[in-house]
Amino acid sequence: MKSWIHVLASVSLCTAALLARADALQVRSMAASCAACHGTNGVSQPGIEPLAGQSQDDLRKKLLDFKMGKTPATLMHQLAKGYSDAQLEQLASYFAAQKR
Amino acid sequence: MRSWSNWPAILQRKKDKGGRMQRRQFVQTVGAGVLSSTLGGRNAQASTATRAQPRVVVVGGGYGGAVAAKYVRMWSDYGIHVTLVEPNAAFVSCPISNLVVGGSKTMADISMPYDNLLTHHGVEWVRDLVTAMDADKRQVRLAGGGVLGYDRLIVSPGVDFMWETLPGMAQASARDKVLHAWKAGAQTLALRKQLEAMPDGGVYALSIPAAPYRCPPGPYERACLVANYFSKAKPRSKVLILDANDDVTAKGALFKKAWAERYKDIIEYRPKHSVVDVDVFNQTLKFEFQEDLKADVLNVIPGMRAGEIAWKSGLATASKRWCEVDFVSFESKATKNIHVVGDSILAAPGMPKSGHMANQQGKTCAAAVVALLTGQVPNGMPIYSNTCYSFVSDEDAVHVASVHRYDTERKTMLPVLGAGGLSAAASPLEANYAMAWARNIWADTLA
Repeated sequence: MKSWIHVLASVSLCTAALLARADALQVRSMAASCAACHGTNGVSQPGIEPLAGQSQDDLRKKLLDFKMGKTPATLMHQLAKGYSDAQLEQLASYFAAQKR
Repeated sequence: MRSWSNWPAILQRKKDKGGRMQRRQFVQTVGAGVLSSTLGGRNAQASTATRAQPRVVVVGGGYGGAVAAKYVRMWSDYGIHVTLVEPNAAFVSCPISNLVVGGSKTMADISMPYDNLLTHHGVEWVRDLVTAMDADKRQVRLAGGGVLGYDRLIVSPGVDFMWETLPGMAQASARDKVLHAWKAGAQTLALRKQLEAMPDGGVYALSIPAAPYRCPPGPYERACLVANYFSKAKPRSKVLILDANDDVTAKGALFKKAWAERYKDIIEYRPKHSVVDVDVFNQTLKFEFQEDLKADVLNVIPGMRAGEIAWKSGLATASKRWCEVDFVSFESKATKNIHVVGDSILAAPGMPKSGHMANQQGKTCAAAVVALLTGQVPNGMPIYSNTCYSFVSDEDAVHVASVHRYDTERKTMLPVLGAGGLSAAASPLEANYAMAWARNIWADTLA
C-alpha cells in the first residue's frame, strides 16, 4: 500500500512537473511576442518602457488597466484586449522574473 | 547569459537557474558526443560543432530568419548549432526605409551588422546564397559550391518579384532605371537620388500591385513621405499613386485624411489602376484599362511571390506563389523538416506580410524547432501580435495593431476579435514610438 502511494505520488509529481514545464514554455513564447517592442526578455531600448524586473503586482495592474481602458494609451489598450486576465497575469509574472 | 555560449555544456546546466532548456534531456536525445564537442574548446559550439549537436540552418537573415537564428540558440541554451546563410554584408531594414526615400534618414540609420548574432549568440554566418535544397539528404547547396547539412531547415527568403508580368522590365538595365525600392538596400538610395534629381514641377508615379504583397501600408506611407519632401523642396511637383487594388489596402482612413489635410495639392490617388507593362525608354506606365501615363520618376512595385529559393524548391504550394505552413511549428505542408517564416508564407486570415509579423513567426518557429529537436511537443496554442507604424510626415506617425491566436478547430491563426485597432490620429508621440519600436525590434533581431 505504502509503495503504491509512493508510485502514485511520484507519477503525479512527474505529470505536474511536465505540465508546469509545458506551461512555462508557452508563457515564454507568449512573452517573446512582447519583445519585438519591449526588447528581448523585456530589456528595452530607450523610448519604450522596459518590462524586465518590474514588480509583478505593478505589471499586472498596468496590463489590466490597459485592458479595461483605465489608462490612456496609443496602442497598449488595443493589444491588452487580446489576452485573457490569466494570460496578462502570466506575462506580469514572467517579466517580473527577468533581469533588468 | 551571453557569456554562457563560451561555457561547456555541463557548466551551463549548473548555471541555468530557470531550467528553461532541458540540458539533461538534450544530452539524452543526441548522445554523449555533445559533451566532448562542447568541452573541446571555447568556441566549439560556434564554429567547429560536430554532428553530435543538432543542426539548424536558417536561409535568409531578414526579420524572420535572423530572429529565428538567435532564438533557436537562446532557447536551446546554446545547445543547437545554428548556421545563418545570408549573402548581404549587413541587415538593411525595410521598415523606416521610406524615411530614407523621403530624405529624413540615411542608409546608415537603417543598416546594422550581423556581428552580434555571432559574438553574443554563437550563430555561424555563412555569407552565401542557397541555390538548392535536398530534403531527402537534408542538405542545402550554396552558390559558392558548399553544402550544408541540417536536422531542421528554417527558410525565410522574403519575397521575389514577378517580373514576367511586366515584359518591359525583363532586362536588368530596365530595372536599374525604373526602381521598386521594395527591398531595402541600394535601390532605396537610388530612388532617393532620382527624387532629388527630379525638377520642381515633375511627377513621381508610384504603382502598387494587387494584394497580397509585402508591407500593405508601405506604398501609402512612401507617397506621404515623398509628398512631404516635395512640399518643402519642390512644391510644384506631384505624387501620383496608381493602385491595382480597389481601395487603400491598409490604414485607409488615416492615409486619406493625411492626403486631404497635408498634401491636397500634391498627392492624387487612383485606385483600380493595374500596371501591365512599363515602357522604360519613354518613362511610361501601361495599364489594363486606362490610358498610358508618363512621369518623371517611375516607382513600380511589381507583384510578389515567395522568395526564389522557396518556390524553386517546391515549397510554394498555394497558387505557386506562397508557402503553406502548419501554424503551430511553421513546418512546410509540402516538405518535412523544412520550416518557412515571414513574407514567403501563405498568411493566415488578417495576418499582414510585415517585419513585425516575421519576427513573431520566427520566434514561434524557433520555439517549435527547439522542442522538436529535443523530444518535446511544440506549444499548441501560439498567440502573438502585430504592430505596424507608418509615418505620414517626417514628424507624425500612425499605427495599426492586432493580436492573433491559434484556432484549434480551423488549424490556423485568427485575429482576436475585440482586440487591436488603429491610431485615433497621427501624432509626434507615435512617431517617437515608431522609432523606439525600430530600435527594439532591431535589437531583438540582431543583438
